[in-house]
Amino acid sequence: MSIRLNNISKSYGKVKAVQAISFEVNQGEIFGLIGPDGAGKTTLFRILTTLLLPDIGDAQVDGKDVVKDYKAIRNHVGYMPGRFSLYQDLSVEENLDFFATIFGTSIEANYELIEDIYTQIEPFKKRRAGDLSGGMKQKLALSCALIHKPNVLFLDEPTTGVDPVSRKEFWEMLKRLQAKGITILVSTPYMDEAALCDRIALIQEGKILEIDTPHNIAARFPLHLYNIAAADTYRLIQDLKAYTQAHSVFPFGKWVHYADKRSDFDPVDLRNYLEKKNHKNIVIERTAPSIEDTFMELAQHE
Amino acid sequence: MKREHSISVKNLTKKFGDFTAVDAISFTVKKGEIFGFLGANGAGKTTAMKMLIGISKPTSGEAEVAGFDVYKSTEKIKKNIGYMSQKFALYDDLTVRENAQFFGGIYGLSKKVIKERTQAFISELGIDDIADHLVGSLPLGWKQKLAFSVALLHRPQIIFLDEPTGGVDPITRRQFWEMIYKQAHQGTTIFVTTHYMDEAEYCDRVSIMVAGKIEALDSPENLRKQFAVNSMNEVFLKLARG
Repeated sequence: MSIRLNNISKSYGKVKAVQAISFEVNQGEIFGLIGPDGAGKTTLFRILTTLLLPDIGDAQVDGKDVVKDYKAIRNHVGYMPGRFSLYQDLSVEENLDFFATIFGTSIEANYELIEDIYTQIEPFKKRRAGDLSGGMKQKLALSCALIHKPNVLFLDEPTTGVDPVSRKEFWEMLKRLQAKGITILVSTPYMDEAALCDRIALIQEGKILEIDTPHNIAARFPLHLYNIAAADTYRLIQDLKAYTQAHSVFPFGKWVHYADKRSDFDPVDLRNYLEKKNHKNIVIERTAPSIEDTFMELAQHE
Repeated sequence: MKREHSISVKNLTKKFGDFTAVDAISFTVKKGEIFGFLGANGAGKTTAMKMLIGISKPTSGEAEVAGFDVYKSTEKIKKNIGYMSQKFALYDDLTVRENAQFFGGIYGLSKKVIKERTQAFISELGIDDIADHLVGSLPLGWKQKLAFSVALLHRPQIIFLDEPTGGVDPITRRQFWEMIYKQAHQGTTIFVTTHYMDEAEYCDRVSIMVAGKIEALDSPENLRKQFAVNSMNEVFLKLARG
C-alpha cells in the first residue's frame, strides 16, 4: 500500500473542508481525486504531504505516518501544488538545480527520470520561470517535483487552465512515470482525465461520493440515458426540463443527455411531446453513461 | 463594415519585438451569436482579446467592436462591452450587493438603476439569502454565476468571457451555459474562451487559433465534418498538434 487514509477530517473554523475520508492507493497506481473547486482536494494533498495536520484520523504515505514521520515522507514524495510555486526570478535551470540541491542530489544523478519532460523545456533553460508559458511552467514544476526520484507523486490540479493538447501530452508523461513504478495521486476537475486513472474517488464538499475504476463508476448510472438533439438547443433544454417525466436534463457537447423517471420509458412519447412543441430535426438515441453523468447524478442527490 | 456585426476584425496583428503574437486574423461575429474563441496556451488568444476590449493597441489591421474602432474609441468600447474571467471576477471582501454597486457605479449607472437591476438578478437566481454575504465565502460556481450577472448590469452589447468555467463543477458549468444561452437569445453577443471542448459544442461558431493565426472557423457541426471526426476535442487535437 502506497497511500492510506483512515477517517481523515479537517475543518477551518466552521468550514468542514474534508469529512471522514478513507481510501487506499496501491503501489504504482494512478489514483484520481475528481471534484470541483472547494471539494477538499487540496486539503487532502496538504495533509498527505505533511504540510497540514488533520483534526481527526491518521494517514500513511509510503508506509510512514504523516504526523510522526513527516521528515522521512518529505524525502520520498514529490508535490506539485495547484498554484505555480517555483521561484519566478530564477531561471529554469536554477530552479531545477535548487530543488536538486535541497534534496541532496544533482540534476545529473536523476536526469534519466526527468529527461523525457525536461528536454522539452531545455531550450529555454536560461529563461526566468516567471516568463514561461503555462504549459512550460507545468513541465518545469513536474521536473522539480521529480528531481529527487520520489516514490509517490502528488499532483494537485496539474492541468487546470491548460489546453487540450498540452493536457494530453501531460497525461502521456504520467503514464510513462507510472511505468517506472511511481505511485501517482492526481486531482482534476476534468472528467475526461478521470477516465485515464486506474481508480478514482469522486469528491464533493469534503465527502467522497464513490470510489472505483472509471469503468465501474460510469456503469453505476442508475437509469437508461438518451442522447437528444433538435434544431434549437436552448428551447430543447427548456422543454425537456418542463417534461413531467424528466429525471435529469444536461447539455453534453452536441447532445442533451436525458434520463426518464419511468422504468418503461418509451422514446416515442417523448418524440411526440417534442413534436407538439414544434421542434425540428429531433434525434433520440440510447447512449452509454460517462463518469461525468454519474458524477452529476450523485452530486444532484447529495 | 455593416452594423449587424458586433465584432469585425480584418488582418488584426500584434507584434512584440520580433515575435508576432497575433498574425493577421480576420473574422466577424454576428449580433446575438455565441462565438467560441479557442486555441492552445500561447496561441495568441489573450493578446487578441486584449486588443478587442480596448486595452492593447494593435500593431496593424482593423477591428470594430460594438461599432467602435479599436484604435480611436477604446473608451467607448469599454462602456459597451462586459468582461469577466476566471482569474478576476468579483471582490471577495465585498458582498454580492456591494460588488454590484461598485461595478454599476464604475459604468455610471444611477443608484436607482443599480438597485433595480441587482434585485432583478438576485431574484432570478433565487439568492436573496446570500445577497448580503461576502463573495469570498461563496462557492466558486456561485461566484462565477454572480460575476456574469454583474458584468451584464450595464446591459452591454457584447460580453467577453475568458475561461469563465475553469475549475467549476459539472452541474454549475451547465447552469452557467444556460445563462449564456438565455443572454444570447435576448440579443447579447457572447465571445467566449474555454478549454472544455464539450463547451465548444455549445457555441454557434468556433474559431481555433494556432501560433497566432486562425486556422479554423465554422460551426462545430461543420468543423466536425471538415475534419471527419466526432467531437470538437478531436478537431482541436488534430489542428493544434499539426
